[in-house]
Amino acid sequence: MFGKLTLSAIPFDQPIVMITCSVLIVGILAILALITYMHKWTWLWTEWITTVDHKRIGIMYTLLATVMLLRGFSDAIMMRSQQALASSNAHGFLPPEHYDQIFSAHGTIMIFFMAMPFVVGLMNFVVPLQIGARDVAFPVLNSVSFWLTAAGALLINLSLGIGEFARTGWLAYPPLSELPFSPGVGVDYYLWSLQISGVGTLLSGVNLVTTILKMRAPGMRLSMMPIFTWTALASNMLIVAAFPILTATFAMLLLDRYLGMHFFTNDGGGNPMMYINLIWTWGHPEVYILILPPFGVFSEVIATFSRKPLFGYRSMVIATMVITLLAFTTWLHHFFTMGSGADVNGFFGITTMVIAIPTGVKIFNWLFTMYGGRVRFASPVLWTIGFMVTFTIGGMTGVLMAVPPADFVLHNSLFLVAHFHNVIIGGVVFGCFAGFTYWFPKAFGFRLHEGLGKAAFWCWFFGFYLAFMPLYILGFMGMTRRMNHYDDPAWLPYLLFAEGGAVLILIGILLQVTQLVWSIRHRETLRGGAADPWDGRTLEWSTTSPPPAYNFARVPKVSGLDAYWGAKQEVMPASSESFEAIEIPKNSGLGFFMSFFAVIGGFGMIWHIWWMGVLAIIAFIALIAWSSWDENDEFELSAAEVGRLERTQPHVV
Amino acid sequence: MTTHLRHAPHRGDSHTPGLVTREAHGGLRGYIVGYVLAVMLTVAAFSVARSTNMAPFSVEAGLAVLAIAQMLVHLIFFLHINTAPAQKINVIAFATTMLIILIVVVGSMWIMGHLNHNMVPMDHLMQMQR
Repeated sequence: MFGKLTLSAIPFDQPIVMITCSVLIVGILAILALITYMHKWTWLWTEWITTVDHKRIGIMYTLLATVMLLRGFSDAIMMRSQQALASSNAHGFLPPEHYDQIFSAHGTIMIFFMAMPFVVGLMNFVVPLQIGARDVAFPVLNSVSFWLTAAGALLINLSLGIGEFARTGWLAYPPLSELPFSPGVGVDYYLWSLQISGVGTLLSGVNLVTTILKMRAPGMRLSMMPIFTWTALASNMLIVAAFPILTATFAMLLLDRYLGMHFFTNDGGGNPMMYINLIWTWGHPEVYILILPPFGVFSEVIATFSRKPLFGYRSMVIATMVITLLAFTTWLHHFFTMGSGADVNGFFGITTMVIAIPTGVKIFNWLFTMYGGRVRFASPVLWTIGFMVTFTIGGMTGVLMAVPPADFVLHNSLFLVAHFHNVIIGGVVFGCFAGFTYWFPKAFGFRLHEGLGKAAFWCWFFGFYLAFMPLYILGFMGMTRRMNHYDDPAWLPYLLFAEGGAVLILIGILLQVTQLVWSIRHRETLRGGAADPWDGRTLEWSTTSPPPAYNFARVPKVSGLDAYWGAKQEVMPASSESFEAIEIPKNSGLGFFMSFFAVIGGFGMIWHIWWMGVLAIIAFIALIAWSSWDENDEFELSAAEVGRLERTQPHVV
Repeated sequence: MTTHLRHAPHRGDSHTPGLVTREAHGGLRGYIVGYVLAVMLTVAAFSVARSTNMAPFSVEAGLAVLAIAQMLVHLIFFLHINTAPAQKINVIAFATTMLIILIVVVGSMWIMGHLNHNMVPMDHLMQMQR
């Protein structure tokens, strides 16, 4: 009846897990009680859960990402503490089987449920506004994408209290992830949650590519799109091209585990190395999926705050598209040591070095944008400059490891760990925070507190260096990644420094939380010039903050780059055009219900509760079929109503 | 056509995704031609496979050619990849897909081929263990 699920799945004997779970359960119950007490359920359902408004979906993606950042960071600080405590004779506070789950969960959550939702959230919110569109191409599908991502996140967090998580590292390499070596439910949690959220990501990619290609405001040619929209286009094209590879690879591993097939097993003609090859054909484009939109954020920020057009728009676009293509030609550098030989390694070493060239072009473009400009050192600019310094160092260590002989020394060492944190924190995370601060007033109508934002930046910045520079040295000293315990006491001082860096980052995160709470409480003092607080250049600043459901009362007409900046330079007569009727998509619970059945189905498959899994999958498909006959999916806001709304709260600046 | 009218004045112009007019998707005639061609190619493939007076290599080559022809028929008549201006974006998307597939498949074969070459064959390994 309940498959493998028994009461012993709950780890009553592990105090850390049980305390965490009880705190979480109490916290969730408190939130639910608060919602009930304030009679907010209807509001929550109609305004947020069933919304198909791209802006709100973007905000929910970002909320999911920040919550998962807290989860992923608590994993990180536990690992740092363990390594600071587990030198020589000491053994720390985490037993190996728990520690292995923590580093696997940290990587999986940070990439799939922190970085991805953050980037997708920013794109979802900003792209339609930047191109002068009233929504994305497929609004209901957008909601479905978000809820599937949330379903994956929920499943992966269930593994904390019910059963276990994978102990395989964040990419679950076979043969370790095959049934004989990982008989528990950990790998199944990993696979099902990533399959579900992966489908969500793919659909979101299709949606945004279509939006950018088909829904631009009249007059906006491709060569007039803001850079962030360009990088979003590149990133989403990579999603569409790469995520099917991930889904197919995981599907084969699932077949191995559930139906006894032999794609990646040691015996029966399987080849585990094929998995490593396939997962990185997705994995390398994935890092560019993550980094390209932040590149776009930095471009917008640096141009706005330097009060200059971006230097080298055309070269920036070309560099972005070259990276998009080359992203598919470098994947072997993740496994130089596998044994493909000098010819293959040489080829991929060179392609890896080549991809650094367009990235270097971008760095110079940003520098030259600042040159001769009047740079305002607001917190988004601090994140941007912090990124330029940090990312360049991370890029250089990356090019170093692109040399195959060097990689043989550094493979799977802490040098590698330091390198990819250097580019992901210094690039993606800083970029997300820059974008968060930059577009926050657009989303909510008030700015974030500037002083706390700057303080948070400096904590993150120095915390990062303190936490990861010692890891480069430890890598040279021979320390490998994922160690639960080590014998060499010489490593301890470095790991203590790294622990100090993690604590500094923790202070940065706490400052960000304070900043958010303070800004919400004192929002009336932060509203000044909220429609266009930074003197922006692109169309999203031409509507009110927050924008109306239809974004633009009149669809803007575009005739060049930096459309809004151009419009601001001229004295425009008040438009006498009458308003037109606007079609607005209706709310839809489809995404929420699909995600509900996805969670139930995934949970059933993970625990081998077959009836539950099968029923949920049938319900899932039935929902899709039923909703595809629903023609009555939008309503019309008449011209008179638009006019009335605009008179009370004008959205035409 | 009702769908089209409902959308027409506001959200939907010729660029609105998801709203495809009948003309862009070909008429009944195209589907019938495609269907007949697809059936013929399938029958041809079976007859080649069952043929006894062809060398094994020619059978394989024939099947490969027929398979590619079958793909082209599907692309042209059912997925409507053609040279009409409205289809430009589909053609580009399709070409990109082919490029990515090419990179992944050829790259994987190259990598795994070299890997195999460098590895001690499994039966040698078994003999060494004995």
